[in-house]
Amino acid sequence: MFSEILMQVIALDNLMIILGCTLYGTFVGAIPGLTATMAVALLVPFTFYLDPVPAISAIVATTTTAIFAGDISGTLLRIPGTPASAAYIDDAYRLSKVGRAKTSLLVSVTTAAIGGVVGVIILSLLAPQLARIAISFSSFESFWLACLGLTCAVLTGHGTVPKSLASLFIGLAIASVGIDIAVGHPRFTFGLPELLDGISFIPAMIGIFAFSEVLRSVQSTLNGQAAAASAKEKLGQAAARAGRALGTYRTTIARSSIMGTLIGALPGAGADIAAWISYAVARRFSKEPEKFGNGHLEGIAAGGSANNAAIAGAWTPSLVFGIPGDSVTAIAIGVLMLKGLSPGPRIFIDQPELIHTLFGSFFLANIIMLPMGLLAIMMSSYILRIPRAIMTPIILLFSLVGAYAINGTAVAIWIVLGLGITGYFMEENGIPLAPAILGIVLGKIIEDNFMVSMIKAQGNISAFFEREYSMILGVATVLLWCYLIVRTGVELMSKRHRNL
Amino acid sequence: MKTKLLSAAAALCVAIVMSVQAFAACDWKPERAVTFIVPWGAGGGTDANSRMMASMLSEKFGVPFNVVNRTGGNGVTGHSAIATAKPDGYTIGAATVEINTMHWVGLTDLTYENISPIALIDIVPAGVTVKKGSPFTSVTELIAYAGENPGELTGSGTSQGGIWHLALAGMLQSEGLAPDAIRWIPSKGAGPAMQELMAGGVDVVTVALSESKSLIEQGELVGLAYMHNERMAALPDVPTTKEELASGWTLAAWITLSGPEGMPEDIVCSYEAAVKEIVGTQQWADFKVSRGATVVDMGSAELIEMMKQSDSDLGATIKAIGLAK
Repeated sequence: MFSEILMQVIALDNLMIILGCTLYGTFVGAIPGLTATMAVALLVPFTFYLDPVPAISAIVATTTTAIFAGDISGTLLRIPGTPASAAYIDDAYRLSKVGRAKTSLLVSVTTAAIGGVVGVIILSLLAPQLARIAISFSSFESFWLACLGLTCAVLTGHGTVPKSLASLFIGLAIASVGIDIAVGHPRFTFGLPELLDGISFIPAMIGIFAFSEVLRSVQSTLNGQAAAASAKEKLGQAAARAGRALGTYRTTIARSSIMGTLIGALPGAGADIAAWISYAVARRFSKEPEKFGNGHLEGIAAGGSANNAAIAGAWTPSLVFGIPGDSVTAIAIGVLMLKGLSPGPRIFIDQPELIHTLFGSFFLANIIMLPMGLLAIMMSSYILRIPRAIMTPIILLFSLVGAYAINGTAVAIWIVLGLGITGYFMEENGIPLAPAILGIVLGKIIEDNFMVSMIKAQGNISAFFEREYSMILGVATVLLWCYLIVRTGVELMSKRHRNL
Repeated sequence: MKTKLLSAAAALCVAIVMSVQAFAACDWKPERAVTFIVPWGAGGGTDANSRMMASMLSEKFGVPFNVVNRTGGNGVTGHSAIATAKPDGYTIGAATVEINTMHWVGLTDLTYENISPIALIDIVPAGVTVKKGSPFTSVTELIAYAGENPGELTGSGTSQGGIWHLALAGMLQSEGLAPDAIRWIPSKGAGPAMQELMAGGVDVVTVALSESKSLIEQGELVGLAYMHNERMAALPDVPTTKEELASGWTLAAWITLSGPEGMPEDIVCSYEAAVKEIVGTQQWADFKVSRGATVVDMGSAELIEMMKQSDSDLGATIKAIGLAK
């Protein structure tokens, strides 16, 4: 059976498709505003003409590389490709500014591949058991998991705790725009139908990170401080540095890969929460926590491996029960059903070849991503040689077009401009940007799960601690909150002392 | 005099020929790419049916039919996009049952009169599904228990006022219970609702039986009833509500192919003819079997009648359960 599966995985058509799709995934992922989900949605019509195995390989290869490629624009232009990359964008962009873009990206691509491989190994060994846990998650558990993710954003923010909290609440306030799921009432939409669905995180991310950076670079050009980035980093040097980092941070990478897979398997926000929690945990266990957020490779390694591992993890509930773990696997299930295959426990017994070929393709896609990513890194690094005065308007153009492309509405452009200015003033005042993004991404998830849980419990708040997993997660979150409140108090007090 | 008569006759002939052409030519053909709007997300039932239809239409007409998922606002965004597009035949879309529910609950002013229905593509009857090991083994037991203990059980499947909510509340109401005897827990769709059911967060879901079919076949979930006149071929052991319930309650969602408001008759009938041809093919039949569905064949005139009936029925249900605005 093994050789059969191997033959299927490395069959010429499957191989060509994986190769083509890694290229496609890299391209789409690197373009700001185009997401992994969009890349997969665009693939669907083509999968009509493919057999089930190559069809799934195509989806797997595209997502895997698109998530990594989001780091390219994040590192070079400060436009994260996905909210999952936003966790370590400050580290990556700072490295790029001091001329170490290649090192940062090499760490990104290798840890992404490691995370992906670890993810698929765990998936192939433990999928049914993992799925049992995932399926016992109701709205109570999802609520606490998302809260835990948010808490990590405050823990990792490189400002003070009060300022990180401020950033988080700005994000949550933005997330409150749109229809609320529980009662179906539109909020803060000002009668604009485009706002019914809330503020999408892509224009928000482009505005807060990219546009605010454009504003800042205009200011520094005017002040005559435009320091030309020393982009001339030799590939050999970069590879050596990246190699050393991989060796030094091997426990971080291993831990983040495993955590990423497990968190990705749980229903909820998958890769995003995985990256943030892993980043926070890495910082907690790091010997140099103060370096996080200032261009530290360990943070990139933690987040980069976790988000790709989560991609594999998200397949668990989809394959075992046919219940999608995220939007990408939702599309994949649709494709499988179109081929007359219904995912579920029986697919492991009835069609083990299909499942194992899927795992094989996953594995292969992560390996092929390495040379493909290297190519993309070498090509994209030329961007840094372009003078700032030429690059800035191009970034602006890309930002606006990328935001517009999401829903094809001009409202998205206003969101970019509005949030860009907000982001600029936040940074001017030392308020970190990343927690705001997580607030926008998780705000809706938290609210939906909270409202649904409250309706179920008929307003009885103790229900949040009644179920087994929800009690564990709930107690852990509440303890973290207590710790944060104490730290906020201490930081505010010490500041007052200094001022006196 | 003679020449005058002749020319009048000729003019009459021309007029007749022209009017016949205007009414029933049905030979309109798209000459460039057509946009096919789907108001729901990629991967769902509407999306799968639309993509299949789009690819077969593009084979037939020889121009691309680009499927665009305009999701959001519980279906308002996509349906508005279909209704308000230029009715030149280059924008069509999959209007679904929500066109008849959204306006009753006050989400939008759009009704089925703001679109040009072309053909029915799919009928999706609701189901009554519980977790394996549930104390309920039939829909009558479930309803009897809910009648004795109103508000104790919970059900889910879609948003508040969504089609599967109407399926549950309407069934309870037609059986003489309060429509909220089983409390509705809103969810973002069938997938999350089934996740809640399996996690023990709710007691019953009323999503389409075709959506819970694979989990029922695997023994994770149990189908108590199919809200339809006939049993589902793929799940012959699940009884229909028509057999089980005194009221004979049934409810199905549906998917149509529709154009914008005011689409010219010859474009409508050209598409209608094309769809009629497509649903007759083996390829379409195979696709339907793979989804556990049956082929439906209903043209524009019949569809408009059906939508009219459905609109007043759903309106009555929505008013009865107190969700009308």
